Amino acid sequence: MKLSYYPGCTMKNAARNFDETTVSSLARLDVEVKELDRWNCCGTVHGLASDDLIHLAAPVSNLIRAREEDASEFMTSCAMCYNTLKRANQRVRASKETLSTLNDFLSLEETNYQGDVEVRHLLEFLRDRVGFDRVAARVVKPLTGLKVACYYGCMLVRPTEVAFDDSENPRVMENLATALGATPVPFPAKTECCGAYHVVDRPDIVARRTERIVGSAHDHQADLVLVSCPLCAHNLDHRQADAKRLNPDFHHLPVLYFTQAMAIALGCADAALDLDLHHIAPQPVLADRGLG
Amino acid sequence: MSAPIRLSSARLSRPFVAQVERISGQKLLACYQCGKCSAGCPMAAHMDILPNQIIRLAQLGMSEKLQACDAIWTCVSCMTCNSRCPKNVKIAEVIEAIRETVLRTNQRQDRLKLGDIPRETLAALPPIALISSLRKLSS
Repeated sequence: MKLSYYPGCTMKNAARNFDETTVSSLARLDVEVKELDRWNCCGTVHGLASDDLIHLAAPVSNLIRAREEDASEFMTSCAMCYNTLKRANQRVRASKETLSTLNDFLSLEETNYQGDVEVRHLLEFLRDRVGFDRVAARVVKPLTGLKVACYYGCMLVRPTEVAFDDSENPRVMENLATALGATPVPFPAKTECCGAYHVVDRPDIVARRTERIVGSAHDHQADLVLVSCPLCAHNLDHRQADAKRLNPDFHHLPVLYFTQAMAIALGCADAALDLDLHHIAPQPVLADRGLG
Repeated sequence: MSAPIRLSSARLSRPFVAQVERISGQKLLACYQCGKCSAGCPMAAHMDILPNQIIRLAQLGMSEKLQACDAIWTCVSCMTCNSRCPKNVKIAEVIEAIRETVLRTNQRQDRLKLGDIPRETLAALPPIALISSLRKLSS
């Protein structure tokens, strides 16, 4: 199976282990990933103003890249890119006038966008196209005994128009974790916002959110937190020292991309994991579970 | 005691109300103040005015209070309020519209000025954080 792939900016530096494990684990599932040529930043957030059309130009030009490669769909594993690309697609599909305006903005493009490309998230693709049974059948190193808190944050589940699972209690990541042999724990904070870009202007808010979210994961006996967003990953990983200052009883937990868990279970090369990129080291708990 | 709020019917028809409704695409009077948005808001603890109060003040045309508050910048568009509102009011869009009324003047009232943040702090942040914060907090 071949699959067009949009990585996104942060996947090429701070979250390069998310990119590398996306590609290496899909190879283990016989999915050949083709990175889109000349992709550009999606803009990271969808503009909420009804008259803000110019910020749709960046995501729509990526949809054109896919169309130019004859791809009727493409996949991304970054939750923010997924949300921004999918919402832009929905917005131009909903109005011929908006689509026409966007094509005017992008008049230097050789291809007019017609609204005929689907945006998929990797979790959605694994569930609907690969199947978790097939994932389970390819596991060579089951994550036995590893208790994981699956964190969705905002962008995979809200607004409800972009969600591919229940907005209040999604299960898709837990179902993947189970297929990998891990044990998902109940996690009431799994769709609570981490504070997102406030890490730039209000890191105190992100520290408070981290204390609550990672604290909830620990309270439910998780060994680590699995995420699908490089911004959530950064916040929940890098703000734990501040969280500890807010609450001396706070316990540090490693934060991993769900693709890293998948890469371990499917027997991908350790190099793709780049565990040294993490702030809270995942190696001790992985070694303790015989997964190091 | 806090200063009295003066209400007048003239405020209800102020250009500010129409501008917020136009930019947000929302009918402000659809909100009947159940408070569910504020109850579930993960940022509420850090806000000086709660989301349902923002909607109420917007209905009443209280532009000065809204444009001067911190809460419009604290909202991070996580969409929890939108997905739970029983009247389908898109609260996050209303708050974005109020931010826009500030950012669209020619005063350059950017909330975020990267020059104020130490270089080493910026260098440690991933692109996804910098781009999204500039998108939401600057003109």
